[in-house]
Amino acid sequence: MEKTALYNFHKNLGAKFVPFAGYEMPIQYKDGIVKEHISTRLYAGFFDVSHMGQLFISGNKFSEDSLEKIIPLDFKEIKKNQSKYSFLINDEGGVIDDLIITRVEEGFNIILNAACKDNDIKEISKCLNSDCKYELRKDLSLIALQGPKSEFILESIVNGVKQLKFMNGGYFDFKGNKIYITRSGYTGEDGFEISIPNTNVENFTKLLSDKGAKPIGLGARDTLRLEAGLCLYGHELNQNINPIQANLKWAISKRRREEGGFKGWENIKKDLKNGVSKIRIGVKPSGRIIAREGTKIFSSSNEEIGVITSGTFGPSVNSPVAMGYIKSKFSEINNKIFLEVRGKKHEAVVSKLPFYKKSYVK
Amino acid sequence: MSEKKYSKKHEWVLLNGESATVGISKHATEMLGDIVFVELPEKGKSLNKDEKAAVVESTKAASDVFTPVSGEILENNQPIVDDPSNVNKDPENNGWFFKIKIKNKSEMDSLMSPSDYEKFKKDNPN
Repeated sequence: MEKTALYNFHKNLGAKFVPFAGYEMPIQYKDGIVKEHISTRLYAGFFDVSHMGQLFISGNKFSEDSLEKIIPLDFKEIKKNQSKYSFLINDEGGVIDDLIITRVEEGFNIILNAACKDNDIKEISKCLNSDCKYELRKDLSLIALQGPKSEFILESIVNGVKQLKFMNGGYFDFKGNKIYITRSGYTGEDGFEISIPNTNVENFTKLLSDKGAKPIGLGARDTLRLEAGLCLYGHELNQNINPIQANLKWAISKRRREEGGFKGWENIKKDLKNGVSKIRIGVKPSGRIIAREGTKIFSSSNEEIGVITSGTFGPSVNSPVAMGYIKSKFSEINNKIFLEVRGKKHEAVVSKLPFYKKSYVK
Repeated sequence: MSEKKYSKKHEWVLLNGESATVGISKHATEMLGDIVFVELPEKGKSLNKDEKAAVVESTKAASDVFTPVSGEILENNQPIVDDPSNVNKDPENNGWFFKIKIKNKSEMDSLMSPSDYEKFKKDNPN
């Protein structure tokens, strides 16, 4: 089991650890999941996401063409220091991983899911021209700072970050060290992700904590992203689901939706043209019942029409929330559906996403 | 009023004449974290010792609550259904789950005293 550079720091903050993608990660701290969730929404929270892969690809003119084969973005459109959400696609159009890619001075920086990163690198390296260099930066930690007070807190530590717009980044100075910061995150709040050497991360994170940001574990990270209607790989996304089914058409650039030229294009083209047979939806149970992953979805005529992929209680919307896949003809917003929990059917509706309104700085 | 007794599954039972009040221990609530959903047995339902009686869910997962004694459900605690955080606030008093008409008082003998439960928790940290 691996540990991040902040392991002892978490321990001193009273973290409860769980194994996650081969790492010992904090699931929660002393406050507990609900308080951590609310602290992030109302103030600011910091998350150690150093288990995620930080892959740097040094650019040459071939690297963009290579990456376009496996990532359905228009690389010509990505400006320097701009970040984009997208995927690695397999031959059938299924999602190998979802990722954030940023164009930096030297090439590209790709943030990969912890559980997928080793396989991702294999897939990417197969596509890359032999003179492209790539490196998984294990010497760097990744800290997310999320919530409405993030800008105020981070600006007091790192001068200039308030200039950043959502999904943009840049190099900044932290006590003589060059660190890369993007304005992004995965909670539905304004916030930043800070890539910083392992040797500095404890100092840096301690400052965040001193300025009032709360430590947030994986438990609240999950309730936050679910309220924000964001997919979690292994739940809403996997190798057998394509981005059109996942209702993430927007994450395929316009030119690529027209021209294709990436793996799995034939299947994706078909689904773009004819529509999909199943699609990702938000689900809001009518009562307090929580529909967990694997819960079957039924129509009012008792036909099995889908399955829940993530479900929990949303502390900010103060009700249960879930996402799942459903036969497309039942996917209209406010359509009444039924969830089978512990042998009983419970009423729910198809809900628009996100459950919780975002407040990004544009 | 008699002494509170505990089960190995972290339920508590307080005997009061022919009936008993059942809930989950403070230790159980600390392991579960924030409770966000509770399902209780209906009044009149008959249950055997160690049978599944209720469900509690935290933000993370669902867990079953078992009845440590056999009998018939007399009453359930609606306030914890309406606001499940009441269980975390006061698990061993106002956060009780149900009252049960006891069928066989000798079943109480198999449960742990508060001091035995303290020891049990130390020997079984998770």
